[in-house]
Order: sequence, then structure tokens, then C-alpha cells
Amino acid sequence: MNRFTARHILGISTLSPDEITFILDTAESLKDILERPIKKVPPLRGKTVVHLFFEPSTRTRLSFELAAKRLSADTVSISAKASSVVKGETLIDTARNIEAMKPDIIVMRHPHSGTPHLLTKYVNSAVINAGDGTNEHPSQALLDLFTVREHLGHIDNLKVAILGDILHSRVAHSDILAFRKMGAEVVVSGPATMLPSRQSEVLGAKVVLNMEEALKDADVIIVLRIQKERQGQSLIPSVREYAMFFGLSPDKVKLAKPGALIMHPGPINRGVEITPEVADGPYSVILDQVTNGVAIRMALLSLLLTKG
Amino acid sequence: MNAYLFTNARIIDPSQNMDFTGDLLVRDGIIAAVGESLDVPQDVRVLDLKGKWLVPGLLDMHVHLREPGEEYKETIESGTTAAIAGGFTAVACMPNTQPANDSAGITRFILEKAQSSARARVYPIAAITLGQKGEQLTEFGDLLNAGAIAFSDDGLPVKNAAVMRQALEYAQNFDALIISHSEELDLSRGGVMNEGRVSTILGLKGIPAAAEEIAVFRDVALAELTGGRLHIAHVSTKGSVEIVRQAKSRGVRVTAETAPHYFSLTEEAVFGYNTFAKMSPPLRTEEDRLAVIEGIKDGAIDAIATDHAPHSVLEKECEFQAAANGIIGLETAIPLSLNLVRDGFISASRIIRCMSISPSKILGVPGGSLVDGNSADICIIDPEAIFTLTRESLHSLSYNSPFLGKNLQGKAILTLVDGRPVFDPTGLLLS
Repeated sequence: MNRFTARHILGISTLSPDEITFILDTAESLKDILERPIKKVPPLRGKTVVHLFFEPSTRTRLSFELAAKRLSADTVSISAKASSVVKGETLIDTARNIEAMKPDIIVMRHPHSGTPHLLTKYVNSAVINAGDGTNEHPSQALLDLFTVREHLGHIDNLKVAILGDILHSRVAHSDILAFRKMGAEVVVSGPATMLPSRQSEVLGAKVVLNMEEALKDADVIIVLRIQKERQGQSLIPSVREYAMFFGLSPDKVKLAKPGALIMHPGPINRGVEITPEVADGPYSVILDQVTNGVAIRMALLSLLLTKG
Repeated sequence: MNAYLFTNARIIDPSQNMDFTGDLLVRDGIIAAVGESLDVPQDVRVLDLKGKWLVPGLLDMHVHLREPGEEYKETIESGTTAAIAGGFTAVACMPNTQPANDSAGITRFILEKAQSSARARVYPIAAITLGQKGEQLTEFGDLLNAGAIAFSDDGLPVKNAAVMRQALEYAQNFDALIISHSEELDLSRGGVMNEGRVSTILGLKGIPAAAEEIAVFRDVALAELTGGRLHIAHVSTKGSVEIVRQAKSRGVRVTAETAPHYFSLTEEAVFGYNTFAKMSPPLRTEEDRLAVIEGIKDGAIDAIATDHAPHSVLEKECEFQAAANGIIGLETAIPLSLNLVRDGFISASRIIRCMSISPSKILGVPGGSLVDGNSADICIIDPEAIFTLTRESLHSLSYNSPFLGKNLQGKAILTLVDGRPVFDPTGLLLS
């Protein structure tokens, strides 16, 4: 029964395939609660979850908060501004102050990679990484795995195509690691400015410049949100050109297997990385992903707080 | 003054192509005699150095002493104390203090402070441009008269190639050296580690090797154009080594240094978001590391300098992206460099050359040699001694070293400046 020993959820990189399966199974059993008229169960009564967000977020934060509330935990939410000065005392002092109020879990989002890892050195609470810089977004990858498993019955041996800004996307990083760990083939594609230079492989995923090649016979297509500006650098000439050459349109979807799942971490830029027809089409599971996000986060909270 | 006779030491002095077991006599602060077997005069203290190395006092041509302005990180006194503990009898300090050393007044302040508190010789390097802003040249002549020994905007490159050209030209009126921190800022902007496999895994923005190599190539081309004397600081990539090697073969007046961390560590040291492995230029790949060693061996690289860059917890105990660049190096240079000798890459003589006569010639300062009549600046090394680097063992005010907690082999056991035992932790000459 001791299949889950992680103290924190910092990234997919630190989870074993067994642990991932256990999280998915737990989420599956908790998902029912979301369909009930009274959507609340008591396992985390008396536990406190602090949501510490150094970056704006609507869906991830709402999803984590709802997950905690469904399990009867007390939740507090803090929006903070990441310090840009070269002094770390602010973050560490904030962490120590929060810790002094005895929370059980800190859910953190931060614009700098590795910050949740730093946090674990200063607090006794469990830490969940809700997105750190361009590193990882593990709960997103877990809900993506969950959604694929729910619709296709398995994950191993599927071909997953991930399209867009692979280099600067924490969703892409976590998804690649997660689908690879669960035995899927992953191919990534996008403008070369958004792919690692001169690499044919990234974190175990195949890198191809030709989008058709990436899509060919894919079982799952994950479209990433295009960020128009990144650190003041424009990685694409224009949104219009991106939509023309890299956006997912119905004719491109035809290259994939019939019935291939269309996924997107949201919020979508309609008409940019994905056309409305595809986003709203029969095989789009974009809103299922959102629902499943709550179940996955309930699983993470309950696993971290009820073990041992 | 006292006289000391050191006997049975392995005496390595690359300035005279010496590497033999013998004796050295210090009298009245100067080197009085060197030989295979010297007579023992009366009234002289004899120290048997069997198994130890006796080498010229080392010169670190690239350190940050942080004074004036950031005395909570290091002072001239603490930095030079770390220097003598690491076997260095002289250091050249970079001008990125607060305020920057861009005027004769600051240079004089540093030298006066050194006069009253330094434990080793201090040679100030002045800024190339006012405020290190890369725009207006500093008063080279006045700064040299005040005691500056070279010019650098270290920490920052001179972004404007025309300004760098001016510097290399104007410096020739004074036969002055320009030291370049070679970095193409538009390409490195936002980067916090080497661009490559590890930066992808960690989700950190990378700095490509090309950001350094483009700038090294530019500065070499400007040295070639102007005939100015150029020194490339902290070479970290295979490409930079090759650019310098080729420039030398064409007769360009260029020299280069690297730092022990570039031949001891790779980008892998960053795993765990280790801010003690963050520096500029960043730690590179194994291929680069081996190319740097090859450069030291074949002479493409002239000097080993530590880029000793003390920072406090305020700058290092924080998010990786927000952490300051740089690590301390004065107290780890000997063991890390000796690793190259132990591993059979490089001769002891070549290593000592890169840390003594070679930097002193590049900077045009005395020392770096055991020739009779020289000031007795001497370092005695126990090449076998193993020690654990700890916060307590360090003499620097800061402890930002990726080697903290590691066992290192080889250390200075006695350091003399002007024949005075300034570092003698076990009382070899004091008891």
C-alpha cells in the first residue's frame, strides 16, 4: 500500500511511474465527488493549504482552491510579487513567516525555475509546485495523463504530438517527462526559435521541424498557448504568420489518427495556435482537462496529507 | 631581519626553468641564494622541507576585493588574508567596486587601504570606461600614475566596439594592458547558466558558448587592428581557446587566463539549482573543460586566475535566477590546479608558471620569480595534504564555493612576503 512516499510534488522528474499511476488511480476515485450534489468530503478537515502565487493565474489557482475545499481543508491565498532585486531574503522571509503559522501544504507558483525546490529547504510543510518559471508544471501533466487515460484507456505506446513553444513551456517539459515515463512516444514541433538549438531530442521527445511529421498518426495532440512576448524578445515575426504556419487547423488534424484527442492547457488563443473549429470540435477534450484538473489536485493534496 | 634556509624542497621556478630538489636562502627579506646544496650559515633558521614544494609567491591576476563599497562581502584585509592562505603573495583587484575604480582618487584609496591593512601585495586594475558604462574612457595616464596596473570593465563587457578600439589604441601611449570580459550581451541577456542539455532539464535560460566566442573574436580582431595589448579574462569555452590560439599564431598581442572552476567543473554542477555554481561566464560542458586544459598545456592560455568573487548569503541564498554571479577561489586554486598535475594532464612547472611568472609578466609587475636578489615572496606547498573545505577553514568573509564540504588535496603551508612569514598556520617559522 506504501506506493506513495513523495514528501513534495516538485516535478514529474522526481516521480516514479508507479507513483504517477497511483496518483491517477486516486484521482479517479475522487472524481465522483465532483459530480455529487454536495461536493464536499471530510478527509482534510483541520488541514491548512496556503496558495502562494508569485505569478498571475486564474485557472490553476481556482482549481487548487476548489480541490482543497472539496476535501474540507482550510485555504488561504496569497498573491505576491516576485522580487526582481538580487536579494533572496524577501522570498525566504516570506516562506519562514508562512511556515510560522503552521500550514500543512504550500502550493507555489513562481516565475523563476527552481523556486519551489528552494522553498523546501526552509519549510516543513509539503510543497506542491504549481508552475515554476520554464521548468515544470507537474499537476498539469498529471491531469493531461489522466484525461488521455480516461478517453483512450491507456497511455503506453500512444504517439503524443506537442506543438508550440517547447523551449519556454513548463507544460511542455512536464508533459514530455510524464508521457515518456508512462511509455508513450512524444514528438515535439514548432518554430525553431521555440525549440532547443541543434537538438534532435529533448528530454526524451523527438524534435521535428516539420509539423506534418509530428502530427502523422498521432493519438494525442497537445497544443501549447502561444505567448506573444517572451522576456521582451519576439520569437515569431507575427501572430498572423504563426497562425498560418504553426496553428492547428482541421486539415492538419486529418494527418493524425482518426479520433485523435485535441488538448490544450488553456487559456486558448482562438485563431492563433488553434482554430475555433478544432478547439470546439468533437475530439477536443480541453474542458475535460479542466474538470480533471480538480480531481488530480484533490489526489495530490490527499496523498501528501493522509499518508503515514 | 631574520634569515631562513629552506632545505630539501622541490624548488620549482619556471622563470629560470628550475625544477629540482635543493635549498633556498632568504636573508633580509630577499632571496639570497638558491642551489642544490647550500652551506648552512651561522645565525640562520633551517627548515627541512622534504616532500614539499617551494615556489615563487603566486600572483592572482583576477580577484574582486569588494572594497570600497561592499565590505560585507570582502575587504582588502580579508581578501588578502584569503590570498596568503591560498599561497598568493599578490593579487590584482578588479575595478567593479562601489564606486567603480575609474579615477585616480579611488585607486589611491585602494592602495592606501592596502598599505595599512593588506596581507599581500595589491595591484589595482582600473576601469576602461567611466562608471564601467562602456562610453567614455577613463584617464589612463592619471590612473597609471596613481598605481593602476591595467584596465578592465570586468563584470561587464565594453559593449561598443568603437569604444573598445579606442581603449586598445589609447592604451598604447602608456604601454598599458586592456583586460576584456568578453561577452555579447544581447545574446547572453536573461541567461543564467550554460545553454545546453542541463539548462533544458532545469528549465533555466541558457547562455550559448557563442556569446563568449563572438566577443573574444571581436576583441582579438580589434587588437589586431590597433596593435594594442589585449588580455582575455576567464576563458571558458573550446571556441575561445581556439580563437586565442590562432590569434597568437598570427602574432596578435593577446594573452588569456582561465579560472580553476572552468577546468574542474561542468554545467552539471548547477543541478539542484546550486547558486554556488552560478558565475559569468557560466560553467560549460566536458568538451569545453578538456579544451581549457589543453589550452593551459599548449600555451593558448597563459595564466590561471581565480576570479575570486565573494558574495554573501543575501546574494546567493535565493532563487537561482536572482542569485549573483561568482564564486570565491583564492583558497581552492592550489588543490584544483594540482589535480591537473596529479591526473597527468599538465606538469607542475607549467601550472606554477601560469600562477606566477606568467601573470606577472602580463601585468608588468615584479615578482613571480625566485631569482637571487628578488623580494622573498615565496609559497611553500604540501602537495599531499588533504583537507576539507569548510566555512570555518576559509579566511574570506564569504563562503560561496561549490567546493564547500569537499575534500581537496594540496595546500599552501607557509607563505612569505618580503621574507616575512605572513601565513604560517602551524608555526613552522614562528615556534
